[in-house]
Amino acid sequence: MSASLEKGVRVLKEVIDAPIASYFNSCVHCGLCAEACLFYTETGDPKYTPIHKLEPLRRIYEQEYTLLGRLKKMAGLSKPVTDAELDEWQELVYNSCTLCARCSAVCPVGNDIVYMVRKFREGMSAAGHAPEGIKGAVNRTVSIGSPMGVKLPAVQAQMKHVEADTGLTIPLDAEGAEYMVMLSSMEIINFPEYLGAIARIMHQAGKTWTLCSTAFEATNAGIQIGNSDLAKVIVSRIVDGAEKLKVKTVISPECGHAYTALRWEGANLVGRPFTFEVKHILEVLAEFQEKNLLKTEGFETDKLTFHDPCQLVRRGGVVQQPRKLINQIAKNFVEMPDSGFMNWCCGGGGGASAIEEGEELRLEAFRKKKSQLEAVKPDRLVTACANCRIVLEEGLEHYQMDIPVVGLTEMIAEHLPERQKPEGS
Amino acid sequence: MERSDTLQEKMEQNGMSRRTFIKYCASLASLMALPPSAAYAMAEALGKAKRPSVIWLPFQECTGCTESITRSHSPSIEGMIFDMISLDYQETLMAAAGHQAEEALHAAMKENYGKYVLIIDGSVATGLDGAYSCIAGRSNLESLKEAAKGAAAIIALGSCASFGGIPKANPNPTGAVAVSDIIKDKPIVNIPGCPPIPVVITGVLAQFLTFGTLPELDKLGRPKAVYGETIHDRCYRRPFYDQGKFAKTFDDEGARQGWCLFELGCKGPVTYNACATTKWNDSTSFPIESGHGCIGCSEPDFWDAGGFYKALSMPADPLKMAATAAVAGAAVGVAISFANRAKKGAAKSAHETTKLEDLEK
Amino acid sequence: MNELQFLTWVRGTGLNIAVGIFLLGVLWRLFEIYSLGRKQDLSAPRHASGASGFHTIFRRSLPPPGMLKRSPVSYIGGYVFHIGLAIVVFLFAPHILLIKNLTGLSWPALPSQFIDLMAVVTMAAMVVVLVDRINKPVKRFLSTFEDWFTWTVTFLPVLTGWMAVQHLLLPYTTMLALHILSVELLLVVLPFTKLFHVFTLFGSRWYNGKVNGHKGVPV
Repeated sequence: MSASLEKGVRVLKEVIDAPIASYFNSCVHCGLCAEACLFYTETGDPKYTPIHKLEPLRRIYEQEYTLLGRLKKMAGLSKPVTDAELDEWQELVYNSCTLCARCSAVCPVGNDIVYMVRKFREGMSAAGHAPEGIKGAVNRTVSIGSPMGVKLPAVQAQMKHVEADTGLTIPLDAEGAEYMVMLSSMEIINFPEYLGAIARIMHQAGKTWTLCSTAFEATNAGIQIGNSDLAKVIVSRIVDGAEKLKVKTVISPECGHAYTALRWEGANLVGRPFTFEVKHILEVLAEFQEKNLLKTEGFETDKLTFHDPCQLVRRGGVVQQPRKLINQIAKNFVEMPDSGFMNWCCGGGGGASAIEEGEELRLEAFRKKKSQLEAVKPDRLVTACANCRIVLEEGLEHYQMDIPVVGLTEMIAEHLPERQKPEGS
Repeated sequence: MERSDTLQEKMEQNGMSRRTFIKYCASLASLMALPPSAAYAMAEALGKAKRPSVIWLPFQECTGCTESITRSHSPSIEGMIFDMISLDYQETLMAAAGHQAEEALHAAMKENYGKYVLIIDGSVATGLDGAYSCIAGRSNLESLKEAAKGAAAIIALGSCASFGGIPKANPNPTGAVAVSDIIKDKPIVNIPGCPPIPVVITGVLAQFLTFGTLPELDKLGRPKAVYGETIHDRCYRRPFYDQGKFAKTFDDEGARQGWCLFELGCKGPVTYNACATTKWNDSTSFPIESGHGCIGCSEPDFWDAGGFYKALSMPADPLKMAATAAVAGAAVGVAISFANRAKKGAAKSAHETTKLEDLEK
Repeated sequence: MNELQFLTWVRGTGLNIAVGIFLLGVLWRLFEIYSLGRKQDLSAPRHASGASGFHTIFRRSLPPPGMLKRSPVSYIGGYVFHIGLAIVVFLFAPHILLIKNLTGLSWPALPSQFIDLMAVVTMAAMVVVLVDRINKPVKRFLSTFEDWFTWTVTFLPVLTGWMAVQHLLLPYTTMLALHILSVELLLVVLPFTKLFHVFTLFGSRWYNGKVNGHKGVPV
């Protein structure tokens, strides 16, 4: 119960660094970041201009770390950041920012705006201005182990189902396996096909893999709320698990920010380089494909398009892999306008989908995705992020668009050559 | 030689016709921007003028102004005008010296109190109570104040008297100032130039003697009629300037072709004077015509205007502060860096690891 | 103060002060900004980030896909204004003469008629981006006094320089003096306003490119 403005400001003083200083000094108020932000393009409200979402952070930077700003502050010429202001900014920093990084990709002076939003959230959360929805997710992840409250028995129940379905053993805590597979709770609850797909693909590729009883959940709400201490608690479970099981590679599930949390932030949160590799499932599949370990048969014939999760393309560098994979199993794959590196966000990333009061705005922003989809009119929409998938399904339902959304990994698994099920099952 | 009483008689003695004199008066009148009819009035008045008293005090000067006047036309009408006026005190020209000269000065001042024209050439030294420049044991400053009291009008002749001139150039060791810096309660006509154009002083004198008026002055106290346009505006090389044709050195093809001297430091564009129209040495030529840029000698502080050979668009002085400023900037920057790092370090060490309950207020 | 004294002041004392403040400000601000440092990135790079920082410094001068269409005035106006300004500042013979005088470096100039045209085009582009700033809700919303002020401070040197060359309104040298004075104003305010992006832009793009290069994101 100790969140306070003072604490928030102190945390911001900790996280403000040279890039942030350089970015704020470079901004010329050209407003191009707004044109890249779906919350602005779909609402037309200038307050959703990405750089404006950082205004309190900018003032704290100026007041604390520039000589003129300090003098102005001493002379009482600058407006101090207040609790009320941060409260007002909560909507801008969380509800209307999915950390999609389109703004960072277009800024002509090169400002990595989303880097700053991520840092600003450190202060916002420490000042007690994080949305209830994300706070709840953090609470459940830290205290129960998963943002949706999923515990190991639920995973074990899933494992049993899958084992029954596929006839394959799902290894748990197998020491020395090559891959440690992570799940997101969305996959455990809503998309159980994923685990089965992994089992079959790994089996076909002849790779050893395992789940970890102490670290099966990959999502990291600590990253979304923007609190490194809590994010560290969450990511440490995975690091400990991977090191205990001595795996070579940890596979991040079809979840964008889980990948960012583990792949790019993880080592920085625990304060040392990892002893294992981290890969997104699509990277692993693409490697299998390249080594001819991913054999499929048949093709999807309906019209497919791919929604690039922001954290994979703009924050992860995974752009070509999904396309190569889809083309192995589909005849009629089309690209949406702006697809790939500049793809538009589903509107629910960065924790936004957990914010109940942000739903209306989210659906308004979804019009962007709607127009992208209307341009190609696909029969099905493929993606590689469980969170995108949920948000896309919600949006499509709201706008009464009948386009099923599928995960790429599952879709590939469906094309693995049938094998004989073991007798007795 | 016995002096004639009027100028007309003097002219006749020198074999100059009345027609020539009227023509000269017409040129004076036009120079001073007076109506053409003024020429006759001027001729009439000058012809009959009865030796008005003129007192000429030289201060910190070089005698260049006197040279300019006395070596002007030939036969010298200016010279005759000077013969005409009662030049009661002019050190260079007068025969008297020492106590005799001082007596003449004081006698003239007393006799013509309130009526005489005071001409000053040279600047006034104010340093050490004016001790840098004294005549007969008295400082110029003192002499000026005394002589100005009884003057009807004052003519500050040359750039030194008008604006302080070369004695005032950096670092101005004598504390030189212009006449107008000292005298505030008398009409003063500045006739700057180093030296000034001779016909200008006769013009001013002629107008004063004829009409008892002084010419219309600009904001620097100069006769507007003479100092109303820049040398540049009246320069015969102006077309080359407009075409962008500039001599780059004093002996290149451009210089031989008579192209504009702007890049060689010509101050014509900022110098208000009539050199380009009246010219010098009996209208023979003027500096730009003989291949050298104008040095701006009739403008205030012309000596410190960045050098005679530096184009007006170039920095006037070397940027002396640059290195110091850069070092100071780096020092300020480093100081802030340390302060910032200390602040950030303090914030870091005050970090309390966030627990779940810390997300709530 | 008459014309010559004014001109002498702006090209002497004034320039000295302005260049002094400019250098002082630039060094101070660069230290102030970049000494804040940043944490070493401990995550394993996808591949060595190599020249991605430098690549982004150049690449960000081009509009990302789709953006030119969304904000043509910002891009085209911005290009014309920046390129025009660079041409006028660095390729006009008297400016090169000045740079040579100060640094000893010189390069060939463009014909003055062309520079003249570029000055007009640059001013036109600046007016267009100003109108865009007034008209576009986002730009107007973001704009503070500083945005209007820096526009003016950037526009004045171009305007006065052009007017001096064209002999408009005031005598050439008065205009030249005003031109130099306006440049001095620009030099003085540059380190302390958003105009400082002429320096930090390189740092910002470099950081951005470096982070992206580390992750294997296209730069």
